[in-house]
Amino acid sequence: MTHSPTLSVENLKTHFFTRAGVVKAVDGVSFDVRPGEILGLVGESGSGKSITGFSILGLVDPPGRIVSGAVRFKDEDITKLDEDSLRGLRGNRIAMIFQDPMMTLNPVLRIDTQMVETVQAHARVSNGEALERAREALSLVGIPAPERRLKAYPHELSGGMRQRVAIAIAFINKPDLVIADEPTTALDVTIQAQILHEAQELCRKTGTAMLWITHDLAVISALADRIAVMYAGRIVETGTADEVIARPLHPYTQGLLGSVPTRNQRGTRLTQIPGMTPSLLNLGRGCAFAARCSKVLPACADEPAVAEPSPGRQVRCIRPLVEVPA
Amino acid sequence: MSAAPAVIEARGLSKRFVKRLDLAGKIAARLGSGQVEETVHAVDSVDLAIAKGEVVGLVGESGCGKSTLGRMIAGLLPATEGQVLFKGQDRATLDGRSALAARLAVQMIFQDPYASLNPRARVEAIVGEAPLVHGLTTAGDLPAYVDAMLARVGLAPEFKRRYPHQFSGGQRSRIGIARALAVKPEFLVCDEAIAALDVSIQAQVINLFMDLRRDFDLTYLFISHDLGVVQHIADRIIIMYLGRIVEMAPTVALIEQGPNHPYAQALLAEVPRLGREKRKFAPIKGEIPSPLDPPPGCHFHPRCPHATERCRIEAPALREIAPGRLSACHLNDIR
Repeated sequence: MTHSPTLSVENLKTHFFTRAGVVKAVDGVSFDVRPGEILGLVGESGSGKSITGFSILGLVDPPGRIVSGAVRFKDEDITKLDEDSLRGLRGNRIAMIFQDPMMTLNPVLRIDTQMVETVQAHARVSNGEALERAREALSLVGIPAPERRLKAYPHELSGGMRQRVAIAIAFINKPDLVIADEPTTALDVTIQAQILHEAQELCRKTGTAMLWITHDLAVISALADRIAVMYAGRIVETGTADEVIARPLHPYTQGLLGSVPTRNQRGTRLTQIPGMTPSLLNLGRGCAFAARCSKVLPACADEPAVAEPSPGRQVRCIRPLVEVPA
Repeated sequence: MSAAPAVIEARGLSKRFVKRLDLAGKIAARLGSGQVEETVHAVDSVDLAIAKGEVVGLVGESGCGKSTLGRMIAGLLPATEGQVLFKGQDRATLDGRSALAARLAVQMIFQDPYASLNPRARVEAIVGEAPLVHGLTTAGDLPAYVDAMLARVGLAPEFKRRYPHQFSGGQRSRIGIARALAVKPEFLVCDEAIAALDVSIQAQVINLFMDLRRDFDLTYLFISHDLGVVQHIADRIIIMYLGRIVEMAPTVALIEQGPNHPYAQALLAEVPRLGREKRKFAPIKGEIPSPLDPPPGCHFHPRCPHATERCRIEAPALREIAPGRLSACHLNDIR
């Protein structure tokens, strides 16, 4: 890993100032994504994983705002950029894929119009060349007969096809970074596998860095190079995908992995995490997981420090969990 | 199949949804525009028997008819053809008291815990209404009855004065389960009952389903797109594709010997699993065809790597390939 990171998020805090109080949706998040790498950002609903993605692109609306921290994209802090410069980055150097492709696609425009628009918004090219790029992008994501699909409207395509078009649009300007927010959650398994396949290929081929936001540990374990687990606005554990899945260190990650049914424990009781995710409203300083944790200590009432048991492996837990060799 | 008598049996069960032509369409058709009524074969002559105490998992992708089949079995949707037998008796021929008993014995748990609860009713009304109407309890005993039901699904009795919006998703699905249990059913149809929940909450509800099965001797039809979950709790797995059952097998056999039907093989291979090693995805090609216009012959043949000429013409029958294992594939004749 000699490359400098494409994206480096440092101590990012995005808070929502509501009438009921301050919601610390993202509270001190730091991670790096290197060229060609897929980082999986895993968390349950309300963990702040999507807001992290939106914060990177400067898409947080009031009452929310980035309170502190830096988002370094190729060594430039893009939280300091004005709206025009950000516009130049979005869809060009940094692209986003959403869970619902209809959020990306305009229902009343043909696919070719939308794709040409994306190209010409960022580069001075002729219609013909833009169309040629659109055709290339569509075949890159495995769309059969791209010529015909270009002339179609979004409603004429199936869900899987639409998501492919959305991915093609994200990749059309050869971005350095793609943020994918649950892009396969609404799709069937066979279609999901196809999309995961295309995403993996694209990153490998183009050297694009990818931040893959999901709640699905099984998907991410097979797809990502590294995993960051989020809970209540903070990253509680980071490491390579293999390490996090095989030897989770944080009690939350352990609980989450135990909750997923696997083949060899059929019919047995799943280990469940008691209780539910806490409200992010007026959350205290201590470990947010303490109330549900089976290994809680009195010291958990203080803000847990980040331990680094091995290089690149981080865990936010005061209990120095002894790493058990597998 | 198993020796135990079937609680629920489906015989040649079909459901067709027809989109009738409107007036303009009818006139246009009369004038020779070639417009015809569109028919969706949501479920295509399904035979199925579920024994007492069994947990059957029904798996398939969207549009395969799994929910329609579940609703017909639960009695919420009339069948176009075929019969549903409850303990050996055709449900359509029952009347009066026995029809009511058969209806109450089969309850359904819905996918969306947000949409399946009346937002204006308190939990005590949601859970308590049906048992009171059906005389399973008296007005005097109702509070205690509701308390017991809520306690059984892991909710505190003081919650019963609240409205559904005051609960989290996991708690709401518990309310839905308590409502189904309140009429003392023998058979539960769970249609994607945990799909809307977070992973850690899913585990809680799966555990609850397994406890209830043990305590109340329940039989389940567990409908899900998530093979991982179904493998965990089901004794037997049924895989559907475009309205037809393509494979039926005991879970253990399905896992240990692998699936027989090419679609089932593909489906099982694509299920994301917690693995230590990064894997390369080798997806099956193509999209799921529209159920409006399913391919002739075997519905899976356009995507099947082993398809032959015969698969394009003749629909394969669901046949026993090993004790308790059924598959609908022409390849089994060659092997």
